[in-house]
Amino acid sequence: MQATALDQNVQAVVNRAIETHGKSREAMIAILSDVNDTFGYIPTEAFQEITRQVNSPGEQAFVSQSQLYGLATFYQMLSTKPMGRHVIRFCESAPCHVMGGRVLFQALQDTLSLLPGETSSNGKWSFVLTSCLGVCGVGPVLLVDDDIYGNVTPEQLPNILAGYD
Amino acid sequence: MKTVRSLVLVSFDPSSLQRGAEKIYERLQSEIQAFGLEDEITVTTVTDIGRHDAIPMIIVYPEAVIYGPVSPDQIHQIVEEHLYKGRVVEEFLAPVRELSGQIAWLRARKGALPAENRIVLERAGIIDPESIEEYIAHRGYEALAMVITDFTPQAVIYTIDRSGLQGRGGAGFSVGRKWSFVSMANGNPKYVICNADESEPGTFKDRVILEGDPHSIIEAMAIAGYAVGATQGYVYIRGEYKLAFHRMEVAIQQARQYGLLGNNIFNRGFDFDIHLHAGAGAYICGEETALIESIEGKRGEPRARPPYPPTVGLWGKPTLVNNVETLVNVPPIIRNGYEWYRTIGTPKSTGTKVYTILGNVNQTGVIEVPMGITLREVITIYAKGMKNNATFKLAQTGGSSGSVIPASLQDTPMDFESYRKAGVSLGSGALLICDETTCVVDLAKVLMEFFRFESCGKCTPCRIGTQRSFEILKNISEGQGKLSDLDELVYLGENMETLSNCGLGQTASGPVRDILRHFRAEVEAHIRLGVCPSGICPMVPAEEPQISPVSRREATAEVGF
Repeated sequence: MQATALDQNVQAVVNRAIETHGKSREAMIAILSDVNDTFGYIPTEAFQEITRQVNSPGEQAFVSQSQLYGLATFYQMLSTKPMGRHVIRFCESAPCHVMGGRVLFQALQDTLSLLPGETSSNGKWSFVLTSCLGVCGVGPVLLVDDDIYGNVTPEQLPNILAGYD
Repeated sequence: MKTVRSLVLVSFDPSSLQRGAEKIYERLQSEIQAFGLEDEITVTTVTDIGRHDAIPMIIVYPEAVIYGPVSPDQIHQIVEEHLYKGRVVEEFLAPVRELSGQIAWLRARKGALPAENRIVLERAGIIDPESIEEYIAHRGYEALAMVITDFTPQAVIYTIDRSGLQGRGGAGFSVGRKWSFVSMANGNPKYVICNADESEPGTFKDRVILEGDPHSIIEAMAIAGYAVGATQGYVYIRGEYKLAFHRMEVAIQQARQYGLLGNNIFNRGFDFDIHLHAGAGAYICGEETALIESIEGKRGEPRARPPYPPTVGLWGKPTLVNNVETLVNVPPIIRNGYEWYRTIGTPKSTGTKVYTILGNVNQTGVIEVPMGITLREVITIYAKGMKNNATFKLAQTGGSSGSVIPASLQDTPMDFESYRKAGVSLGSGALLICDETTCVVDLAKVLMEFFRFESCGKCTPCRIGTQRSFEILKNISEGQGKLSDLDELVYLGENMETLSNCGLGQTASGPVRDILRHFRAEVEAHIRLGVCPSGICPMVPAEEPQISPVSRREATAEVGF
């Protein structure tokens, strides 16, 4: 029964996103972003639902599921896999790297027992690499969900992570 | 606007928030209420003004006094002494910046705001970014009014061209010429795009403008639209900049309400509106044709050029793409004239440049200085010297596609033509300053890993070249390098530079080339002697994977991939 619930949910979310952004090709990234924000990822059902709603007769240019999938895999903020309850984003760019990011990166992998791109078995954490977060003045920087931590040292990690359940 | 006795600004940029600005804000509100001052004093949140040494920061107007860094327990005293009794609390004032020389701003007297010589960051951190009234009170939309009522489109382009303004996104192309290309191009409609997809590692100057002074971007885009004959503008903001997106959204709504966007602006028959577009995380979308593809709802893969966007851009129409910092220079040039603008900077690189200072220095942050100051001046004056009195080894300019500047170029003026002559690039304005603890092989490896990750994969030289270069650098850092590897790096770099489809592949090898030119001995030490002189590189092959195989299997099993 869970699948049906998800189906209905997907339908409603896609519906709302299309109402907000329209049906044009231009709106596809925004629609996918909305779906991603709601579920934490883009379920396969969503691709089907978007093409079904967008390609209704008499409407604008045809958008295929593979094109949508192409978008979802190209942009880093979109995911096609389910994510953990909390997403840790880490920037391994040069500015944070020289300020201690190298050590922190290793400590993160060890503490979480995860490599970048993985989700923990209990579904709590997802660990992903991100491009520069633009807060390099206080690097190295860690983003947990929407919380930014700056000047992070490996010693602070357990405390920071303990704040999430 | 409500009339108040004092205006209190709280820095609310991500760095300040991270250091507890929210608590400061709440505490201020409650203390002001406790003293019954809520009708006399307004508290607003603003972006930072680039003083990362003094955040979280409070600025009190009309005295223009800066307190910082402040802690919540100091708030009671500040409210009681300053806001209630009118006495400045000397002991909590922000540290003084002692500055000299050719400096455009930050000529601060004790604890007070810098002298008003800023151009691009004129209002960022000083006005409430969500109030159009404050923007207008600070000469906002004056330039747009001047342009629409008194200038022909040709006169606008002439003014910008004569000012010598060059693109601040990294390439340094003449803005006046770009505008005239779009203006002369055949095709209707035309578009103006503001490139706010700031993703160069270490660069956050555009974020400061987007979050601190969003109306200036709207004003500049409307002026550009008038000049080139466009009625529709797009602002492409990277998806990670949520606050910037929100501020732009509010600003656009306000501008529409005031009739500064929409139809028949200033009753002169000029129509212009702006659409906001959020990215979804792709470094490559900072490249203008990739950005255009992304706005059209496609994967952000760069187009083959020519044709260039001024002739064939968004939806195949003539399109002007300018960076945020570039555009924000426009209204002051219109207001003050191109002669004024030419007095700032050097004869060939006019105006100011906003830099973000990062790395092993005493003070990181954002500065706006005239073109042509030197790296040594930046380090000693603005960055307050190297951390722990360490020796300066190198600086990396302009994000990852910038250059690696060795100590020998410390006194080269930082402007487009001097840097071009020295064979290096000013890039997007990030200055990552490194001391002797930075290993050049490790740095090159990290930069190349970034490009490998961000390469869109459309063209072979970039897709394969970044991957192969990364592998070679990784081998060297693990003590497995051969001397012939260095020739291969050069060869790969030349191929990427000449054959790649877009700027990413063309510049990706730049840092490696610079490192081989200026630090070859250190790279060779890794190969010939098997040691990393800085003690950073592992010099032994890494075990794969680096965490226990059991937990890896567990980690991936339950999520079903």
